[in-house]
Amino acid sequence: MAVVDPLIELRDVNKFYGQLHVLQDINLTIGRGEVVVVIGPSGSGKSTLCRTVNRLESIESGTITIDGQPLPEEGKGLAALRADVGMVFQSFNLFAHKTVLANVSLAQIKVRRRKKDEADRRSRELLERVGLASQADKYPAQLSGGQQQRVAIARALAMDPKVMLFDEPTSALDPEMINEVLEVMQQLARDGMTMVVVTHEMGFARSAANRVVFMADGRCIEDRAPEDFFNHPESDRAKDFLSKILKH
Amino acid sequence: MDVLTDNFSLYAEGFLGTVRLTVYSSLLALVLGFLMASFRVAPVGSLRAIGTVWVTVLRNTPLTLLFFAVLLGLPRFGLVLPFTVFAVIALGCYTSAFICEALRSGINTVPTGQGEAARSLGMSFGQTLTSVVLPQAFRTVIPPVGSTLIALAKNSAIAGAFSVTELLGTYKTLSELGYNIIWTFVWIAVGYLIITLTISALFNVLEKRYGVAR
Repeated sequence: MAVVDPLIELRDVNKFYGQLHVLQDINLTIGRGEVVVVIGPSGSGKSTLCRTVNRLESIESGTITIDGQPLPEEGKGLAALRADVGMVFQSFNLFAHKTVLANVSLAQIKVRRRKKDEADRRSRELLERVGLASQADKYPAQLSGGQQQRVAIARALAMDPKVMLFDEPTSALDPEMINEVLEVMQQLARDGMTMVVVTHEMGFARSAANRVVFMADGRCIEDRAPEDFFNHPESDRAKDFLSKILKH
Repeated sequence: MDVLTDNFSLYAEGFLGTVRLTVYSSLLALVLGFLMASFRVAPVGSLRAIGTVWVTVLRNTPLTLLFFAVLLGLPRFGLVLPFTVFAVIALGCYTSAFICEALRSGINTVPTGQGEAARSLGMSFGQTLTSVVLPQAFRTVIPPVGSTLIALAKNSAIAGAFSVTELLGTYKTLSELGYNIIWTFVWIAVGYLIITLTISALFNVLEKRYGVAR
């Protein structure tokens, strides 16, 4: 698909885990302000793809550029880039020894060099935005999964990222908590945030995505508008996948 | 009982010598152990190698041999220091290998996601380690670090063989003076107990305060 203003570009990306070829010649461009949902069966490489974008996983060959800059090697440059790329994990990964407020403020102080009160003010704004202003002084373990994930989103947003990566953000949640997280993500999408979302939530893909990327066996099989994809999947692999998940 | 009351100043001198050795060596061991643990989990290969060699060499060398190496070896390279300082170096370096491994086991108990989250926010290796990983590792390493320091206090007795003033060494003078050997050792043991139980108590307090709540 042609993209007007590319923010993230992956060219011929290959990755191996030992013998396992987890990403095979991935070419993917994500435009500024676009919401791209990556779906596919488990083991298809979609989480790995998401993690290569901020180099939590290194790649064997190919190039990844963000905002025109190739991903730097390990070091200061990479840290600076990661600060601009927000990431939300399946398992939340909130800092267990810090309060909710301190979780959101920590990197603002350490990385963005904001003053503590300035960082805390920004954190409270963001917690308000995800509906958790009243929980600021609690510890992560005192919150429900859905609340923790919303804090994690606020923590990533606090860095004012150019793009947000979501690695199966609702997969570890009880069904009744999924919606509160998806609502926050919907709001973000409406606000024009560039988002790459690995998920199994087809409802979210239909309603919020500009494009759906279907992955299987380490390859991008389809890359299309959500309505096209869900109503008229082209590949057999996608048809098979959709028939399994949409029939309940 | 006479042994203690008659020779209180000798005992006190030895006791304070052991306390001094223990405190200084502990500080050295904690600093070096912290440094080496950071090296061992660093993203830089050469630092990891330094850490691994440090631990392997020091942990597998008998402490007495290490004392010989430091006290007799270093002066050959022109480094001449008081024996007490040499003893602190030998004890501190030796114990740092164990502290390093205790810290590293603590670091390994912190879920990898914690470090990943910190790095994904743009925090450097040092920031990730000091503000996210180590504070959480600290809670689980309190008991093993306590044990290691207790072992250090008792290992300091070896320094006595190298004419450093410490508690165990007092027995030589006392047995020459003809005191009952059993009572001499009982009071020496009591001295060590005071030191080791103090360390235990200190780490119990730390554990109550910062330990992992289960």
